[in-house]
Amino acid sequence: MRVNLTVNGRPQQADDVWEGESLLYVLRERLGLPGSKNACEQGECGSCTVRLDGVPVCACLVAAGQVEGREVVTVEGLADYARQREQHGHGGHCATGACAAPGTSLQDARGWSATGTDSQTGEGTALAPVQQAFIDAGAVQCGFCTPGLLVAADEMLERNPSPSDEDIREALAGNLCRCTGYEKILDAVRLAAARQERQGEAV
Amino acid sequence: MPNPTGNPATPTPAGTPTQVTQGSRTRGGIGESTLRPDGTLKVTGEFAYSSDMWHEDMLWGQILRSTTAHAEIVSIDVSEALAQAGVYAVLTHDDLPTDVTKYGLEYQDTPVLADGVVRHHGEPVALVAADHPETARRAAARIRVEYRELPVVTDETSALADGAPILHPHRDDHHAGHVAHPNIVHRQPVVRGDAAEAARRADVVVTGEYVFGMQDQAFLGPESGLAVPAEDGGVDLYVATQWLHSDLRQIAPVLGLPEDKVRMTLSGVGGAFGGREDLSMQIHACLLALRTGKPVKIVYNRFESFFGHVHRHPARLRYEHGATRDGRLTHISCRIVLDGGAYASASPAVVGNAASLAVGPYAVEDVDIEAVALYTNNPPCGAMRGFGAVQACFAYEAQMDKLAKALAMDPVELRQMNAMEQGTLMPTGQRVDSPAPVAELLRRVKARPLPPERQWESTAGADVRALPGGLSNTTHGEGVVRGVGYAVGIKNVGFSEGFDDYSTARVRMEVVGGQAVATVHTAMAEVGQGGITVHAQIARTELGVTQVVINPADTRVGSAGSTSASRQTYVTGGAVKNSCELVREKVLAIGRRRFGTHHPAWATAELLLEGGKVVTDGGEVLADLAEVLADEAVEIEAEWRHRPTQAFDLVTGQGDGHVQYSFAAHRAVVEVDTELGLVKVVELACAQDVGKALNPLSVLGQIQGGTTQGLGMAVMEEIVVDPKTAKVRNPSFTDYLIPTILDTPTIPVDILELADDHAPYGLRGIGEAPTLSSTPAVLAAIRNATGLDLTRTPVRPEHLTGTP
Repeated sequence: MRVNLTVNGRPQQADDVWEGESLLYVLRERLGLPGSKNACEQGECGSCTVRLDGVPVCACLVAAGQVEGREVVTVEGLADYARQREQHGHGGHCATGACAAPGTSLQDARGWSATGTDSQTGEGTALAPVQQAFIDAGAVQCGFCTPGLLVAADEMLERNPSPSDEDIREALAGNLCRCTGYEKILDAVRLAAARQERQGEAV
Repeated sequence: MPNPTGNPATPTPAGTPTQVTQGSRTRGGIGESTLRPDGTLKVTGEFAYSSDMWHEDMLWGQILRSTTAHAEIVSIDVSEALAQAGVYAVLTHDDLPTDVTKYGLEYQDTPVLADGVVRHHGEPVALVAADHPETARRAAARIRVEYRELPVVTDETSALADGAPILHPHRDDHHAGHVAHPNIVHRQPVVRGDAAEAARRADVVVTGEYVFGMQDQAFLGPESGLAVPAEDGGVDLYVATQWLHSDLRQIAPVLGLPEDKVRMTLSGVGGAFGGREDLSMQIHACLLALRTGKPVKIVYNRFESFFGHVHRHPARLRYEHGATRDGRLTHISCRIVLDGGAYASASPAVVGNAASLAVGPYAVEDVDIEAVALYTNNPPCGAMRGFGAVQACFAYEAQMDKLAKALAMDPVELRQMNAMEQGTLMPTGQRVDSPAPVAELLRRVKARPLPPERQWESTAGADVRALPGGLSNTTHGEGVVRGVGYAVGIKNVGFSEGFDDYSTARVRMEVVGGQAVATVHTAMAEVGQGGITVHAQIARTELGVTQVVINPADTRVGSAGSTSASRQTYVTGGAVKNSCELVREKVLAIGRRRFGTHHPAWATAELLLEGGKVVTDGGEVLADLAEVLADEAVEIEAEWRHRPTQAFDLVTGQGDGHVQYSFAAHRAVVEVDTELGLVKVVELACAQDVGKALNPLSVLGQIQGGTTQGLGMAVMEEIVVDPKTAKVRNPSFTDYLIPTILDTPTIPVDILELADDHAPYGLRGIGEAPTLSSTPAVLAAIRNATGLDLTRTPVRPEHLTGTP
């Protein structure tokens, strides 16, 4: 079957999709967006968390056919998504597709690679605040859980800009991490919230 | 992008690792918390893991695994599978290209594909390559295998019984000659003094039998990789592993290829923790690629991953501790039985560790230790973070608490009184010749203020998220009791028992864009621990550069050894430091040649490279590095070794077997819902001596991560194997639980830096020690809260409620 969907603000079309394929398979194997990770394929680990019409879901549990005509945001589009939210104020996200303007083209997503000027510590690359906070706080080790955690954490901060530790733990309870012991992930989310607050005050 | 195969006819697959480059706003040398050079790639989703590899025209490989634990294979019929549209190849043992059909880390006892018999549930039997993963899965399901069931060996009794099935009847490994029974993989006694005689001096003797469950590494990135056939008849393999050259040594003979025709590149690795020491899909993908002439990708799903790698050895441990009335240990005797499962994997080395570290970080002169690993039909067990020391620590720390209780002493005081220190003799006779601050680590975790009581109470009522049972809303504090427990452990660093444990580093220095740049190339597997961060820091410190390029790890450079045994910062870090020093000498020689006449200081030996310049030890600038190098490039590839170790004597266990020791202590605070048997760990504080923190932020990450894996082992993680059928009952994240962010408490960490003068920068390997003491500390806290004995881990609710 053919599936039409919007991914990170760009209309996409996937052909020859088998009925049993998941959204995760379509993203990773058909649309060239392997950022969302497959660690359990049964909705237990959260590594494939994406936003479907704004709602965080495990892409492995969404059948490809279910996303027909809908809007998906993956880790590859998180920086753009956050920037547009910033421009449109809190809650003004692009789930409707109304502000899909630049987006991340498939070509761009495929073509990303390290360059000499990119220090790999965030300079030179447009990152969402929560992405930068994960780097700065040391919340990334092997990084396999990171894409899903980033999408989930970003969504929580959108809803709840000043979360308590218990709020953070509750929001991220569906995302397994085996490397960090979660302490630095908590630090990263606290840091992103604090920076967001500071920026809000400055405006 | 340069073609990594060097073969212009082979297009480079998508997801091929690229160099990562790191500049720095600050100096970025050792001791600073510089950020990961792969951080941006990882947070943008761009970092290519082995499961992200993609090649035009690639096929998907699928493995058919045994559905039973021990059986003769009567017949295999692949015809129906082969007839499926989209299927390119189906392979069984009969299709293997050479006489070398087995592999293994220590003994070559593991069949690439089952040879007439399967010895554990989930053993690979046949391979399929097809154009869609689902096609491959369905085709594999159509392979008809007829099994004739054989009796299973599941524990020591059944393994050593008269007439027990012998799992490997034709052993020719180096331990076969000295074990009492062919189902014993290896046995290592460690005997020192006279434990029986010393027992007469004991005023108090405590004994205990302990059971340690089977833990899974549960790294998040499943086994995966891509094999690309090359025009020269060889193969390019992109894979997630812990040791490229060890894989290569095992893969090439099975394929019938010389090692230089199996070119391996490390893909992005989604965690390891020991579970990638053994081969998984490597040979299978290569076989399918060479058979079909097409690139073949294999990606395990989580179910298969539970069968696709070895686990931590489950163990039964029997201990006897004696002490005088004032609390001095008189003797320790123990017997540790490790279940190695169907194949040897790393079992012999795990036995060596369990035996040599069996009494823990305590000074005791009279010991009688025996550790064995068995062959059974249970899942194969091998390396996991802590490697034999973990099981022992769980038992000896339970014993120390039991002894303290019998002596009516404070458990921390008892430990401190018997704590080893620098100069103490290990049971193996090895003198501990660097700091061993065991008593101090315990003091530090104990001195920390306790978290407030009834921390779930708030003005709005009970926050159930802070209570046992969490959002299940099972209690608002009724029936909840608190307990506090302590533990300390000792772990060896590096490969032991005389192993030639070297690493190799290639370091290049040249001018790029008017600036001196260092390039570091090693085969070290970056599995998330941050080794590449540290390599860049070492290069900056030693060579005075800002910009460091880290080349992808591959087999075009010499072996780095394994990312195991807390060894990479020590050994490959040592190799990078050593090669940098050799490069520096060459750079200075060039400088003397070019500028020696300009300034008398060039003649002195005390020159340094700092801030892109050659400076005297007094800080005077002699030349810019870019001017010294001009258009010359300096490159060195050199091997580096730590101090040699010795094998343990097979009868007495004596020998200087270990390179370095590493120590951590924990204090656990738990709250237990005694009615439902639910445990909430409230805080898990750790103190660890790290020698020198090359990257303090990464050190914290290692300690907190290791602590959390120990917590999982205490209260939730266990692969459950049916004792009658030896089949795995819970191969999924639904049924095998690892700690979530809600299960994990705050983990305050106290870092001590007491230099080990034998190690580069005085550092101590850190990754494993925190995994040891975490589990027994939590168990001690639960015992403290409930008054129960709790001799097995993980603790399940029924152990606390007494429910049958």
